[in-house]
Amino acid sequence: MGEYYHSVTLEKSKCMGCTNCIKRCPTEAIRVRDGKARIIDERCIDCGECIRVCPYHAKIAVTDPLSILDNYRYKIALPAPSLFGQFKNLSNCEKVIGALKSIGFDYVYEVAKGADIVTQLIREKLAIPDINKPLISSACPAIVRLIQVRFPNLLNHLVRIESPMEVAAQMAKKEASEKLGIPIQEIGAFFITPCAAKMTSIRNPIGNETSHVDGAISILDVYGPITSYLKIPDNTEKLQKATGEGLYWAVTGGEGRAMGIENYLAVDGIHNVIPVLEEIENNKMSDLDYFEALACAGGCVGGPLTFENGYVAKNRIRLLAKNIKNPAPLDPEIQYVKENIQWKLQKNIIEKPVMKLDSDIVAAIQKMETMERIHRNLPGLDCGSCGSPSCRTLAEDIVRGNASEMDCVFKLREKVKALAEEMIELSEKIPSGRKGLKSYES
Amino acid sequence: MLEEIKAFNNEPDNSPEGVLIRHVYSIEAEDFSSAGEVSRKIKNLLKQLGVDSELVRRAAIACYEAELNLVIHSWGGKLTFQVTPNLIQIITEDEGPGIPDIDLAMKEGYSTASELARELGFGAGMGLPNIKRCADTVIIQSKAGQGTKLIINFNI
Repeated sequence: MGEYYHSVTLEKSKCMGCTNCIKRCPTEAIRVRDGKARIIDERCIDCGECIRVCPYHAKIAVTDPLSILDNYRYKIALPAPSLFGQFKNLSNCEKVIGALKSIGFDYVYEVAKGADIVTQLIREKLAIPDINKPLISSACPAIVRLIQVRFPNLLNHLVRIESPMEVAAQMAKKEASEKLGIPIQEIGAFFITPCAAKMTSIRNPIGNETSHVDGAISILDVYGPITSYLKIPDNTEKLQKATGEGLYWAVTGGEGRAMGIENYLAVDGIHNVIPVLEEIENNKMSDLDYFEALACAGGCVGGPLTFENGYVAKNRIRLLAKNIKNPAPLDPEIQYVKENIQWKLQKNIIEKPVMKLDSDIVAAIQKMETMERIHRNLPGLDCGSCGSPSCRTLAEDIVRGNASEMDCVFKLREKVKALAEEMIELSEKIPSGRKGLKSYES
Repeated sequence: MLEEIKAFNNEPDNSPEGVLIRHVYSIEAEDFSSAGEVSRKIKNLLKQLGVDSELVRRAAIACYEAELNLVIHSWGGKLTFQVTPNLIQIITEDEGPGIPDIDLAMKEGYSTASELARELGFGAGMGLPNIKRCADTVIIQSKAGQGTKLIINFNI
């Protein structure tokens, strides 16, 4: 796997080269070149904003097909909490879990159950004195990558605990392996995902060498098959293990709610998260305990790979959660987790200084001066016609050697005008030897 | 309104040897709607320059506090950002009431912020102490009834 695996990709034939995605990208990771969008790999954080805004559906999230299940002897589904908000007239979660078993999974371990465990682990972390506050949730991988790219000095605020998905995968595999005597490598665990960012996290984890999850299947790909099984009468088997609070992780504010803390802030929508991260960076929020930031509006229920409107799904999660009576995990269970699975992030989450103009500060300063000079001469309309999201980014692209001033249509027009004037001027020049001749008069 | 003043660019005073880059911004008193914009710009400049992220953090906090001090306390002034091979400098120069007792102003919790500023949540009396904590050196020159000059230095 290359350094920059991305789930978010471009379907070139559908791209019209418009400016919708370049304008919306929170890390300025897209340019239009030769009439097609191009994603800058180092900058892309897989948030999926471009998937949402592309009017031609040229931006897609690559996930694994259901056929990936065939590669494993024992197949485990790890449904995201947001999956349960997708279906109409659902009185409880059991039917969806049952349906997952009908479409080819041998076992279902809810990621909401993983969330129940992670909730307790974070709560313990919050009780430690002298931690960097606010603690920033690492549940949304797009936000973690945003911090790596744009707010590296907040990396030490991130919760260094595995995501509910990774905890669920390990617990499920361990359980199945011990119960059935199947070797771990023959067990496949698949996340049923609402977003591209999670897919990328499985292939290219942050804070770990490898993921315990073997693939990600889009909610959109299982929505149809599950719906058809939901028509079958109720099974009576009780399958759900997660609590209502665990399920609430699908929605913004769910983490703070699950932890039962008061002093937390929950923000959704990546463009809303950025100004709050700026505030934290300015040391304006050190009295806050916990910051829960999610890239999608409404939380994971608003993910680009979900079927239902995020707000409708959010309401369904609320109604479903209300009726779940399962108890939160007790201390012995948390102790078991700590002793038996990898629950802390293993590697440091490192900075991705992609905004840097040059590794040498003096050269960077020179480039910046050039960039400012170019910027001052651009029209300042931020029209995007050049293929860069703004005049400032075009200036940056020029100093990085990836664009030229003539990419600006206004600059080009000025140049054409100047050339045209010069040509008229030249055409009026009559060679002195021909002056007075008839053909040059009138 | 935020405006870069180019005219100040060649001012001879307070420029150490070998200034590589200098930006001067004007800051208006009580302009709370754009308060913080200058420090955000400077923070982004520092990130693009590839300055170590811990240093960016300290400089950004100090710069924000210094900018807000001008908005809250002065009658308007300018903020200069300059970089030399071994120094990042943030200099604010304002016209204003000045600081009658600098030692008192350096105390945490001491503030003379207006009612308006306090209503907006400013004036906690942490500005100058925060700047001091973040910076490597701070120089304050102030004359009552005339204005204040603050030089904040960060070693690269």
